[in-house]
Amino acid sequence: MPAVTETLDTVQSVTGSGYKWGFSTDIEMDIAPKGLNEDTIRLISAHKREPDWLLESRLKAFAAWQTMTEPHWAKLHHAPIDYQEIHYYAAPKQKAGPKTLGEVDPELLAMYEKLGIPLKERAILAGVEGAEDEPAQIAVDAVFDSVSVATTFRESLAKVGVIFCPISEAVREHPDLVRQYLGTVVPTNDNYFAALNSAVFTDGSFVFIPKGVRCPMELSTYFRINARNSGQFERTLIIAEAGAHVSYLEGCTAPQRDENQLHAAVVELVALDDATIKYSTVQNWYPGDAEGRGGIYNFVTKRGDCRGARSKISWTQVETGSAITWKYPGCILRGDDSVGEFYSVAVTTNRQQADTGTKMIHIGRNTRSTVVSKGISAGRSNNTYRGLVRVMPRAHNARNHTQCDSLLIGDQCGAHTVPYIESRNSSARLEHEATTSKIADDQLFYCRQRGLSEEDAVNLIVNGFCKEVLKELPMEFAVEAQKLLAVSLEGSVG
Amino acid sequence: MLEIKGLTARVEDKEILNGIDLVIPDGEVHAIMGPNGSGKSTLSYVLSGREGYEVTGGTATFDGVDLLSLEPEQRAAAGLFLAFQYPVELPGVGNANFLRTALNALRRAHGEAELDAVQFLKLARAEVKRLSIADDMLKRNVNVGFSGGEKKRNEVLQMAILRPKLAILDETDSGLDIDALKIVADGVNALRAPGFSALVITHYQRLLDYIVPDRVHVLVHGRIVRSGGPELALELEANGYAAVTAEAA
Repeated sequence: MPAVTETLDTVQSVTGSGYKWGFSTDIEMDIAPKGLNEDTIRLISAHKREPDWLLESRLKAFAAWQTMTEPHWAKLHHAPIDYQEIHYYAAPKQKAGPKTLGEVDPELLAMYEKLGIPLKERAILAGVEGAEDEPAQIAVDAVFDSVSVATTFRESLAKVGVIFCPISEAVREHPDLVRQYLGTVVPTNDNYFAALNSAVFTDGSFVFIPKGVRCPMELSTYFRINARNSGQFERTLIIAEAGAHVSYLEGCTAPQRDENQLHAAVVELVALDDATIKYSTVQNWYPGDAEGRGGIYNFVTKRGDCRGARSKISWTQVETGSAITWKYPGCILRGDDSVGEFYSVAVTTNRQQADTGTKMIHIGRNTRSTVVSKGISAGRSNNTYRGLVRVMPRAHNARNHTQCDSLLIGDQCGAHTVPYIESRNSSARLEHEATTSKIADDQLFYCRQRGLSEEDAVNLIVNGFCKEVLKELPMEFAVEAQKLLAVSLEGSVG
Repeated sequence: MLEIKGLTARVEDKEILNGIDLVIPDGEVHAIMGPNGSGKSTLSYVLSGREGYEVTGGTATFDGVDLLSLEPEQRAAAGLFLAFQYPVELPGVGNANFLRTALNALRRAHGEAELDAVQFLKLARAEVKRLSIADDMLKRNVNVGFSGGEKKRNEVLQMAILRPKLAILDETDSGLDIDALKIVADGVNALRAPGFSALVITHYQRLLDYIVPDRVHVLVHGRIVRSGGPELALELEANGYAAVTAEAA
């Protein structure tokens, strides 16, 4: 498993202080002028050679967005965002459509290497050849700013009928599928940031798992924000047909920047009868400096639709980065006996602000949902869990269990839990548990007396606190996530 | 060899240790006995470097190293182990993982190669078996949901795995039934060797039936008022602390 080893080596080299991945790559950019209007949208659509229906959908979303206002109900404070000061399209210049890694800009490959993305040809090819039976492969669809530059493992996926490609390509090559599902989980006018994304999204991933197919490998996408002042608006659509099964991994790091960078992604998941989708995220975008300058503004709409009976959608997230996190991955439990899960670790340090949680909407009978949220606050940060559990009148025997735990490090941070629980069916059983604790001095002393440094002791205690969530991650991601927690909390004690 | 000279310390504004003089040569087990509030636990915390215990005078060296200038983890690396009177719970942290992390931290400090999970488990399982401790102790989270006796047995297991040069047992016998007491005593006795010494802090003589000390010291008002052989413990058991307290006053 060279790919995995390489990732781990890189992660293991992440020690010391500060944000290690704050470098930027010098690549010629094909960039649209700043500002947002109908012309910008037409330019994006034309660049991508999109069909008319998609352009119309974008313009409709833009019209809706113009009538909407930024939401301010979250416990977040940030400088106003000037939407006209953003480049809405940036693509790395390259010869049209690299078909092999050899054609990919070497500087790009070098950067991926620095990030530990296992894209190098030898690693991938070593994995591909005779790889059918190897269990721990990861297919990578690397998004560099707005255009996906390389996609690997495509052929072996195609053999079983799995489609895994940039969404811009899916629009051209599988237009009927995209048209059938795009915007059906997150409508274009769902919320301010979803409308913005629907108007200007440039790229992202498309996954289609046909009926009865268990995807033979973990699918992973690494996002990267690189262009100065270019907001990034990914769009991801994952469809699991009846009886299909897929695990999708998403991990992010970004180069260090002085200005705030806007990020407003939309992710839509559709699970039909008996289908399972597992979506895991490790998010490590630049959180800003110790005073909170710079850093990514992350306004994300992620939603899964358990459309079929007995379907299951599971979200797992480890959030350590971004100056602002506004994110509520949810499940619409429409199919009878469908299952929604949300496992989350959110870490905030310095001046970071996170307002994150989930929405579980129970519509079908016997629907079940589980929410486990672990918030860790350090420095002068604020960490809020905001979660909605709603049981509709026909959702007989709906069940939800929610557990929200907060861990405080130091005495200047904040942890907040805001549950919204609405039941319109008397047979529903809903449980909510919440705890708040501090890392106790006696725990630290106990560990140090056994020989652990203070930082190792904090890591051990934090990892113990997050264990229920980390064990939901695929193995290689769990290791990466543990290291990230360690790096994120460095220097936060004492 | 542990050498304590004229050690004074306070907690907040209260003087607790008023000039301790104590030498524990290599290979010896010494017991400290004394009434409640005499400073027994304070001595163990001062030696292991707990925050909030302020040393106001005197010295404490171990094998010539000035203990008082070291961080708690450096004292551990120097060979000091404290078996806690009230072992702390670490939710979500597996006992085996905790112990391996600790052992490897010590090994790193000594310039030794770290043990991988397989090597560690082999070592840990052997100790579990030798000490007649239940197998699942390694799999459970550190002290979480442990009975009082299990917590103390876990302290002894940690001591057996970490192999200190000097162990301080802070009222490890409190709250133990006779079977648990024997396990704790067996654990300490098994480590007895020329390169191992121990300071056994206890309120009662009972533990000293099983861990027979080379020397017994009586601590009253933060000062050692009497020292003697094992027979001193029996005398205290028979006459109570009142007699020595009166002498000291």
